[in-house]
Order: sequence, then structure tokens, then C-alpha cells
Amino acid sequence: MEAFKKLDSTTASLQVANIDTDQIIPARFLKTPRSINHGEFLFHDIRRNASGELDPNFILNTPENRSTQILVADTNFGCGSSRESAVYALFDAGIRCVIAPSFGDIFYNNSIKNGLLPIALDRNTIEDIWQILNTANNTRIEVDLENQTIHLPNGQNFHFQIDPFRKQTLIEGLDDIDLTLKYRQLIEDHETSNAAARPWIATIS
Amino acid sequence: MPQTLFEKIWSRHVIVEREDGTCLLSIDRHLCHEGSFHAFDKLERENRVIRRPDLTIGIADHYVSTKAPELGNEEHELRVPIEKLTANTKKAGIQLYGIGTPEQGIVHVTGPEQGLTLPGIILVCGDSHTATHGALGCLAFGIGASEVAHVLATQTLWQEKPKTMRINIDGELATGVVAKDIILHLISVIGANGATGYMIEYAGSTVKNLSVEGRMTMCNMSIEAGGRAGMIAPDEKTFKYLKDRKHSPKNGNWDLAVTDWKTLFSDADAVFDKEINIKASNIAPSLTWGNSPEEALPVTGKIPDPKNESDVSRREALEFTLQYMGLNPGTSLKDIEVDRVFIGSCTNSRIEDLRAAAEIARGRMTQVPAIVVPGSAMIKKQAEDEGLAQIFIDAGFDWRATGCSMCVGMNGDLTPAGERCASTSNRNFKGRQGPGSRTHLMSPAMAAAAAIMGRITDIRELKPVDL
Repeated sequence: MEAFKKLDSTTASLQVANIDTDQIIPARFLKTPRSINHGEFLFHDIRRNASGELDPNFILNTPENRSTQILVADTNFGCGSSRESAVYALFDAGIRCVIAPSFGDIFYNNSIKNGLLPIALDRNTIEDIWQILNTANNTRIEVDLENQTIHLPNGQNFHFQIDPFRKQTLIEGLDDIDLTLKYRQLIEDHETSNAAARPWIATIS
Repeated sequence: MPQTLFEKIWSRHVIVEREDGTCLLSIDRHLCHEGSFHAFDKLERENRVIRRPDLTIGIADHYVSTKAPELGNEEHELRVPIEKLTANTKKAGIQLYGIGTPEQGIVHVTGPEQGLTLPGIILVCGDSHTATHGALGCLAFGIGASEVAHVLATQTLWQEKPKTMRINIDGELATGVVAKDIILHLISVIGANGATGYMIEYAGSTVKNLSVEGRMTMCNMSIEAGGRAGMIAPDEKTFKYLKDRKHSPKNGNWDLAVTDWKTLFSDADAVFDKEINIKASNIAPSLTWGNSPEEALPVTGKIPDPKNESDVSRREALEFTLQYMGLNPGTSLKDIEVDRVFIGSCTNSRIEDLRAAAEIARGRMTQVPAIVVPGSAMIKKQAEDEGLAQIFIDAGFDWRATGCSMCVGMNGDLTPAGERCASTSNRNFKGRQGPGSRTHLMSPAMAAAAAIMGRITDIRELKPVDL
């Protein structure tokens, strides 16, 4: 997994609540293997007009946002389906960080597993950020995961929370399967004692 | 110290607890469907071994054709994910309920039906509606592909302990009000992110009085309120439901299990991070009108007017929703005509759902295309044996084979762009049932009534036909 330490990028503001994973990537693209670039699928149906052409008004279709790596979104971003392809699509389109008031829980976890940093800030702060981005002469934001801070173009800084375990996996680009397998003996011991206490669970009969 | 039901189950499964509170949990049961190919591919790339293939079961549901199930799917590219599931489970030594097996069905219907879902366990699946299984008193939640790979490789998961929320629903339900109406009402009250970060326990006399199937409908849509899991304490109904299921504990183990399951409830003075109280008498037959499950109203309601919305961004969002849905402010919900009806999905495709829909369909004719997709091959057979299938067929419904079907449209069952579908599924997202589709979520009886009348109908005004 690609490690995430620092990011300095232009940002795009997506001021719509409840952007679900069906909108991030429609179901018909979910059969695509990971080896194929998912960037084209990102927001596939909502960034196009009825005739299938890119809608010039959609925020990520504007020339200045072509290489944007940060989205500043609204409440409940990534709600709905557990499809990890939603994160593949964001990642392959270059997005490395989404800042929003809240996230779908499964989407949040999926992001961490793929080197995409989700940052939750209260909605008032998000509104302030939109305001600053709208009035500043550029939309560059610096995200510093080590220090858990966001630097805005007007010089303002915001601190964000992330649990230490997830922070570590992101910074080191760790795959947690290797970490978990170090506990193999404890896992086996747990299964043995569990099977003794509740034999009907030990295996699928 | 008094414990909640959730804490009792959680603590049984903790293998390692880190200083920051993140726990390594043992996973008792894992269900996988066609979408699991991402996880299997990842394990293959990393050359990893599947640790406990005996604790995973594969079930084909998302891509399965409801018209020609024996082929898997008529379309080659939709057949590929089914074939991948077959190949991956075979190679790993995982039992598969694939197409054509009597156990096959929607993973969240088959799990409980085959006794794979049991009280007190942790069950996971790469699907957000895994919350369904919590209706039997277990901790069940959806995970992404990376976590599926982690479960396959280790039979564990790292999880942060969620906060707990108890939702108490008390009192008698009014005539025509069912589990679907309760959960739609609840989501409209707490919002689509009202339970984000929480594990929900549903309690109270109304929940106690629901059938196990009704409880599954409620738990199923926990995720539509943001809750990753919903659960209900197991009781005699739960035990009766599970007795003699294929994978339920047998012989001496059954008595041992029931003795253990009877300890699975929230202690009288257990403390929840949040409690919400709902009066059953405040709930009417309900449906959604917008593109978020929180946008639900009683069937007697009217489409909201953006003019009444003071917050600019909310007003714009509402205008956009009404434009997408092709609806005008102030329209009575009962005046909305539908183009199509879907009765099915892991939310509402169980036998009592089909009975409720058939009661409305009996002796009448549909006015719009309507499909009925039973939740499993077993339910399909039961409905045929009970005569429900014939009632649907006689009334002009298309009686299909099992699968996820038009809830998510991945198997090719789609609502065409611009068409309005009355659906018993769980998501009314833009494009969920197909690009440009317009979805209204409701109960099975309400959906059947919409098929018969060709428009949204108050179930209380449509009495069963006496034959």
C-alpha cells in the first residue's frame, strides 16, 4: 500500500450531503478487477449529462481540478454500499484525501486500507474551509498526517483527529495482515478456548 | 458491572486489545458472494493462505439471473463474477451454495435460513446489509474487500469499539403498519447518518412482538441510518426459528447453545451512549420520496417544498432531488404514478413478505410491470407450495428465481432511466436501480398495491378481495 505522510494539492469542494458509494461508482463497474484503472468510473453518472458527455459544471470536470488530490465534501460522504471499488475509483483518479463532516463507517475503513486519508471535521469548520477556498486566490491545502494538521491558503491551520493505529498503517503504508499474523499463537489459543466453551461455533457443522 | 448485549458479544471475541482501544476480534462466520473476487485476487497477489476455510461459506446472489438462473447469467460478462466465486471457493476448500443448489439465495436471507447465523457470534460479509443477521442476536457487520481478505487470511479483524445506541420502540402498531414502516420512520427521524459510529440495539415491546423476519427487515436497514450493525436480543422466537436449521447446533449442543443464548441480553442497568424512544402509534404506512432513505413520509404526506427550506445548500439539494425524481412540491404521495414494481431484496423477500404482497395481489391485476423475486430457492419453493406464486402469476406479476436482482441491478434486472419504481428494497440512491432510475422504498404490501393501482396507494384503503 502507498504510504501517506504529507500532501500539498489544489482542492475541489463537493457541497452535497449524502454522496453514497453508488454515486461514487455505479454498480455496473464493480465487476472490474483492481488491475484495471478505476479513475474513469469516478462519479461516472453524476459528472455526465443526459447524453453521456462530461458536464462542464461538475466540480471535478473543470480544468483547474484535473489533478486535484483533495476533496472537501459534505456530511455522510461514502454512505451506503461497502464496495471498496469506490475508494479504488477515487484513488485512481488521483484523490488522496477527503475532508468531510462525517463518513460512512465502511467507506472510512476502506479508505485507510488503500492509502486514502479521510479527515472528519465538524460541519462549521467545513463551511469555513469552503468559504476560505472560495475567497482565496488559490485552493492549495497542505495536509500533514504526522502532525495531524491542515494548512489553508489564508494561513489558517486546523487540527484533525485520527486513531493512532490507522495513522500508523497510513504513514508506514502497512498491510495489517502481516501485523495480525504475528499474533497467530494468540489467535489459535483463542479459538481453542472458544471451541471448548461453545463447541457449536467451532466450525460450520 | 452491567453490560449491554453488544458488550457481552464483543468481549467474548477480543484476542488482543491495543492501548488505543482497537481490538483484534475473532470472526466466527464469514459469508462471501461474487464481489469477494477482489479479496481473493489480493490474497493470490500476496501469495497468502486462507486460514479457516471451514468458517466461510460462499453464496451466489448479486449477479445471478432471475430469468435463467441455471446459466448463472445469460450475459457472459455478468456470468464471470459467478464463475470466479465458484473457482475461488473451490480452490480454497470453501463450501459454496452456488446456482442450482437448494440452499442458494440472497446471502442475508440464506445465512439465517440455513442456521449459519447464530446468537452470540460475530458474522461478517463484504456487504453493508450484513446488519440483517443481528436480528438473531449476533454482532454482524459489513466490511470492504481489504477486510474480507484480512478475514480470509487470519479469521480476525481489527476493530475500533463502536459507541452503543438503544432504540426503544413501544406500543401497538396500527393496522397496515409493518417492520418496513418502522425502519423508514426511524431513519426519517434520526437521519441517514443518525447512527454513524454506533452499534444499534433495537428493543421495546413493538420489537419483541415482531416476527424474526420483521426483525431482519429492521436490522437490515440499520446501515441506512449509518449504523454498521443493528441487533436484537434473542428470545424464544429466535430459538424456535433456528431449531433444526441445516447448520444450527444439533443434539446435546442445541441445549448447551440455548442455555448460553439466554444470557444474551442487555442487563437492566446497562448504559448506552445514546437512547432513542419511538412510539409505535406514531408510525403510519410510509415510503420514501427522495434519494436518501431519510427522505421518507407517511403515505398521506406531500412532497416538501424547497421554498420552506431556509438553508441555501439544503434548498438547492432538495430542488436537485425533486428534479431527479421528477416530482413537484406539494404533490400528494398518493397521486404519484409508478411505472414498475420490484418485490424482493435482502430487506423484504422472506416468506411473510411474499404472503403480505400476495394478500393484496389475490384476485386483482397489475397495471404496470412487476416482478417478485423470492429471497432464496427455499422461499421460492415454499411460496409455490403455499400457492402464493400462483396468486402472483394470476395477478400478472412476473414470478422469478432468487437473487439480489433489481435492488442493485447488477444481474441485469434494471429500472430504465426516467422510470419510477415502487420497490421493497433498501436504497433509493440516484441510479441505484439503474442509471436515471427513480426509486420509492416501501413495504411489500404497499408495493403490491402500487402494482395493482399503478400509483402509490395507502394500503389501508385497499382491502383484500374476497374470493
